[in-house]
Amino acid sequence: MIEIKNLKKRFGDEEILKGIDFVFETGKTNLVIGQSGSGKSVLLKCMLGLFTPEEGTIEYDGNSYSDFSDEEKRALRQEIGMLFQGGALFDSMTVAENVMFPLRMFTKKRKKDLQDRVQEVLKRVNLEDSAKKFPSEISGGMQKRVAIARAIVNKPKYLFCDEPNSGLDPHTATIIDNLIHDITVEYDITTIIITHDMNSLLEIGENIAFLKDGLLAWKGDKSQIFKTDDKTVTDFVYTSDLFKKVREAQNQGL
Amino acid sequence: MRYLYSIGEYFLMLKGVFGRMTKRSVLKELIFKEIDQLIIGSLGIVAFLSFFIGGVVALQTALNLNNPLIPKTLIAFAARQSIILEFSPTFISIIMAGKVGSFITSSIGSMRVTEQIDALEVMGVNSLNYLIFPKIIAMLTYPFVIALSMFLGIVGAYSAAVLGGFVGAEEFIEGLQTDFEGFQLFYAFFKTFLFALILATIPAYHGYYMTGGSLEVGKASTTSFVWTSVVIIVTNYIVTQLLLS
Repeated sequence: MIEIKNLKKRFGDEEILKGIDFVFETGKTNLVIGQSGSGKSVLLKCMLGLFTPEEGTIEYDGNSYSDFSDEEKRALRQEIGMLFQGGALFDSMTVAENVMFPLRMFTKKRKKDLQDRVQEVLKRVNLEDSAKKFPSEISGGMQKRVAIARAIVNKPKYLFCDEPNSGLDPHTATIIDNLIHDITVEYDITTIIITHDMNSLLEIGENIAFLKDGLLAWKGDKSQIFKTDDKTVTDFVYTSDLFKKVREAQNQGL
Repeated sequence: MRYLYSIGEYFLMLKGVFGRMTKRSVLKELIFKEIDQLIIGSLGIVAFLSFFIGGVVALQTALNLNNPLIPKTLIAFAARQSIILEFSPTFISIIMAGKVGSFITSSIGSMRVTEQIDALEVMGVNSLNYLIFPKIIAMLTYPFVIALSMFLGIVGAYSAAVLGGFVGAEEFIEGLQTDFEGFQLFYAFFKTFLFALILATIPAYHGYYMTGGSLEVGKASTTSFVWTSVVIIVTNYIVTQLLLS
């Protein structure tokens, strides 16, 4: 579980996060949604320790990040898996080498054990046949799956996903969403997903934080978001015609 | 002010490079890979340039030696001095700023653009050490490249002067040995060592701290080449002033 309390972050005179409180629950897919510039990425970077907030605390399983020593911060980072928007796979390494990278850096296991673990994880994301390929030789969806494999290979306690579906077709996006959800449940980890994707919201939105102008404007789950009359949320969710029609159908009791 | 900020940032980067070290077994592999890419991969162009520039230096000296009172041994002497003191250490280093420097900037810059550096940091890896330290160690073998360049430059000069019929082989060898001072080699390799550090770190700085997209990677490579060349030229002047004057 990750709990943020009164989190504030500013750049110069501009206050990006204006005091956010939220609990990201373990074993659930926690979604952070909001328009561009609402502070989602800044929130993510604060939680990853890449930005230092001016005020507030971030607690990992009850322990405040700001109280951690450098050594504890490094140890925590090894418990974090991160899925970047573009995958951020290392171009010069094969799929298997990419997945093995965190294990090679932070474990002292024998090479055979590392290879077995890599095979196991690649099998989990249905990529066991692509182990020897380079990232440039596989599709965008496969790259995302490799990135997921790399993020979970070290059995993290926390999984952060920054726009995991960007650049993917709806079918592949759904596969990625479900894969992230299944892994979250299977590994019982705390997963935080930053997204704009309304389909993701419908598929895996178990605990949703809606940010607007640096504030937490709404929280709930996927069943609640379509019932709310909160205008800030409805303005964001019902931007597309498809979702407007879903809303109308709901109102008509269809 | 911006330049001062960049200079400060550069030295902070160096501090970070020698900070928390990457696992030894991983580092060893990276160092060999960098030696292959930065050093072995440059040998062809260095050999080609050194041989022909050495030949041109000898040819130019021979063609401009019209006074019969000046001994022909001067051709080899002039070639040796030009090659050992300036051509190999300085001129080759500027070419390397284009070849190796641009490669370093663009490879690290591409990693920045595609969030690979962020991925390293999030994993808890000291990205400065992981990316730049192996390059610095690999570039410590750069003096061997310059030694090869000196040798091939003189072979080129010999080929042009002796095989071209401008001077006899014995006269050429005598010219090569005339007034030779070992300190000149020390001077040449000392500055080569400094250039190696410059070649590894300035392009790395421009790649690591770049912002933007792929277009900016290209711009960073160009800027890196300009600044690496400028720093090499200025360092060359200072070292020459300190050691030879």
